Amino acid sequence: MTATTAGVLFILTLVVALAVVHRPFGDYLFRVVSGTRHSRVEQIVYRIVGVNPAAEQSWGVYARAVLAFSTISILFLYGFMRLQNHLWLSLGFDPVASHGAWNTAVSFVTNTNWQWYSGESTMGHLVQMSGLAVQNFVSAAVGIAVAVALVRGFARSRTGELGNFWVDLTRITLRVLLPISVLGAIMLMIGGAVQNLSGGTEVTTLTGGTQTITGGPVASQEVIKELGTNGGGFYNVNSAHPFENPTTWTNWLEIFLLLVIPFSLPRVFGRMVGQVRQGYAIVAAMAVLAVASIALTNVFELTGDGTVPQAVGAALEGKEVRFDVSNSATFAAATTLTSTGAVNSFHDSYTALGGMMPLVNMMLGEVAPGGVGAGLYGLLILAVITVFVAGLMVGRTPEYVGKKIGSREIKLASLYFLITPALVLIGSAAAFATGNNSTALNVGPHGLSEVLYAFTSASNNNGSAFAGITVSTPWWNTALGLCMLLGRFLPIIFVLALAGSLARQQPTPTSEGTLPTHRPLFVGMVVGVTVILVALTFLPALALGPLAEGL
Amino acid sequence: MRLPTWLAQHLAALRALLVFTVLLGLAYPLALVAMGQAPGLAGRTDGSLLAVDGRTVGSSLIGQSFTDGDGNPVPRYFQSRPSAAGDGYDPTATAASNLGPESVVDILAADPEDSTPSLLTQVCARSKAVGELDGVDGRRPYCTTDGVGAVLAVFRADGLTGAVTRVVSVNQVVPATPFLTSYEGVPVELARPGEDYVAAGGLVTPIRGDAPADPAVPADAVTASGSGLDPHISPAYAELQVNRVARERDADPMVVRRLVEEHTSGRSLGFIGAPGVNVLELNLALDREFPVG
Repeated sequence: MTATTAGVLFILTLVVALAVVHRPFGDYLFRVVSGTRHSRVEQIVYRIVGVNPAAEQSWGVYARAVLAFSTISILFLYGFMRLQNHLWLSLGFDPVASHGAWNTAVSFVTNTNWQWYSGESTMGHLVQMSGLAVQNFVSAAVGIAVAVALVRGFARSRTGELGNFWVDLTRITLRVLLPISVLGAIMLMIGGAVQNLSGGTEVTTLTGGTQTITGGPVASQEVIKELGTNGGGFYNVNSAHPFENPTTWTNWLEIFLLLVIPFSLPRVFGRMVGQVRQGYAIVAAMAVLAVASIALTNVFELTGDGTVPQAVGAALEGKEVRFDVSNSATFAAATTLTSTGAVNSFHDSYTALGGMMPLVNMMLGEVAPGGVGAGLYGLLILAVITVFVAGLMVGRTPEYVGKKIGSREIKLASLYFLITPALVLIGSAAAFATGNNSTALNVGPHGLSEVLYAFTSASNNNGSAFAGITVSTPWWNTALGLCMLLGRFLPIIFVLALAGSLARQQPTPTSEGTLPTHRPLFVGMVVGVTVILVALTFLPALALGPLAEGL
Repeated sequence: MRLPTWLAQHLAALRALLVFTVLLGLAYPLALVAMGQAPGLAGRTDGSLLAVDGRTVGSSLIGQSFTDGDGNPVPRYFQSRPSAAGDGYDPTATAASNLGPESVVDILAADPEDSTPSLLTQVCARSKAVGELDGVDGRRPYCTTDGVGAVLAVFRADGLTGAVTRVVSVNQVVPATPFLTSYEGVPVELARPGEDYVAAGGLVTPIRGDAPADPAVPADAVTASGSGLDPHISPAYAELQVNRVARERDADPMVVRRLVEEHTSGRSLGFIGAPGVNVLELNLALDREFPVG
């Protein structure tokens, strides 16, 4: 079998597996978020937290609960890192510098998992497993909870109630993320991922050198890193590290894990609004964009244009032998199409156009299929914008799944969309204006790509890196921390406000003039609107960076 | 006393976070650590360590450098890929090079120790070195025969256009000979350390040269991996090294080749990943079957 055939089969098996799993898994997720019974453990959790699980919340209360939980999480994580030298399992590491601790606390709470540091030389085992990995779970659960609240806005009418944040958070964590993580971690351990509390084993190599074989609770953190579309590696080199991603098949498993929840959530949407075909339309739009992007990334990388790939004979710099070019490219596309940001190869050494694809994927706003929860609410916002554009063309009041899209709704959707481009472009411009772009390793167009990539990754809460840029300085840590914070919570506030306004409406009965939103035509329009919005926003910046380098 | 709502909410958040920290941050990972000590899993969760005569010599998942104290390859061992992790294969400093596809111009200083080679020059130098070690043609496209990137800075009369006024081979310094004598009729000069020809307006022009499109030294032998710890080399790179290793150990190349095959993992299920040769395991097997000294 040729390498290309194997690479295509690798992608096809992922598509088939997701197609088979998304229905039953989506139905399970639907039962989790809409059931009325509380398990014994959950009741204990609610009693400790001190909340009444039967009480519903308005959008404002729901939003304040999200913000309160996230604020406390950031403060807790910040303190944890600042005090790590006084705690167990610190491996002798110093407390993390204040600007670094701020950046990392925000990074993990916002589901970004951008990393300015090397895990193996900065963070002790306790901070990793009881600080960072806990946020891997709960930040993912927050994303799903917000998406579910938005869907409730579409599904309910004449009410101000959107569910209970604490119930959503607890159920998603305990009934979905935790059991799958246990199973996945066991699979990874079978593959060879380490799971211990060792501070490292010093060995003498065959030629008499010394090498420290690192340890750590890696498997338990690796699995939720993918499942929760987090992406923060235990080690500096993330999923390229043999202890995080030891074999060819763990690589397949990790890609599957990072795609499975985002691709199953549209099913939850369809079930909750009572029209499963609406869910299919959403998943179809996600799939079209995802397959196109994965295919293009593979084509660019396998073609291997550029002086160095031509000299080498393949775009193999920064890639592992066991993954080779194709499976690395597929991982790169999947990790940036979702908001994961884990990497199994280094995007900075990709061909110019191959390296542009992860950037474009993030600029799409992470909707194909996007982060857990964030992808669904992002695409629903785009669907709202699409019916608005379509409504303008035929001169009718736009509707989506029985709700009128009036001026308040479209204002909230537009504000949502404008946040990340504003953060990315203003941030990149600020880096150049203040001279902080000089920490980029490469110069010229590639240097611009490195700066643009950093701000795109942070503002979209992806967290992958075009790693050839030094971002451990106070300026970079502070600026990127702000982008992550605003890029996560401003959109969440707008989404919940939109949900509140939709839930108050009466359902609009379908009429002759209603645009059907489950047909291929609508799927095509959503894809078109997404691509055009991104192209209009980012083309000038891309033209100066990767396009200038690659064409 | 009733707490204000905002304070009550933050206290609920704090309690929720503490509950989750205990469940997900302690119970979950520690239960998995305990589970990982089960028979059959314990070796893997501890790092797949390999021992010789009771002495741990490494991990089957983590690559090693097979070089002497000066960094020169030890010829009786199969060599790993280049590594950007610390001084090479350092698990406490994992890293990729992060150099881009158009990293082709070296930063040359008066003291060669302070120079920063471009990715292209690193590739060319590695290819030349591997070629010499294993007795094959180390030439590659865009490389000079002395093992640096074949790149010119071309100065034109009107900036981007116009007649060529000056040409510098940017990666070659005295005492090298320019890899081209002339370009568009203008003689090619050597670079002087410390000068930035790109900033001075020279157009970066890599020259393909006449090296074969399919070089004898495989791609993985001249590129650093993403992790810097890649335990594998391609079967092609292993094959290239068979004769040298067999000669150094007075072994039959066919027997060495059989050992290579035994330590080659194919694609999982026939299509996942790429075939790789585990270098440390292979070298351990060689030490067992053909001990030296």
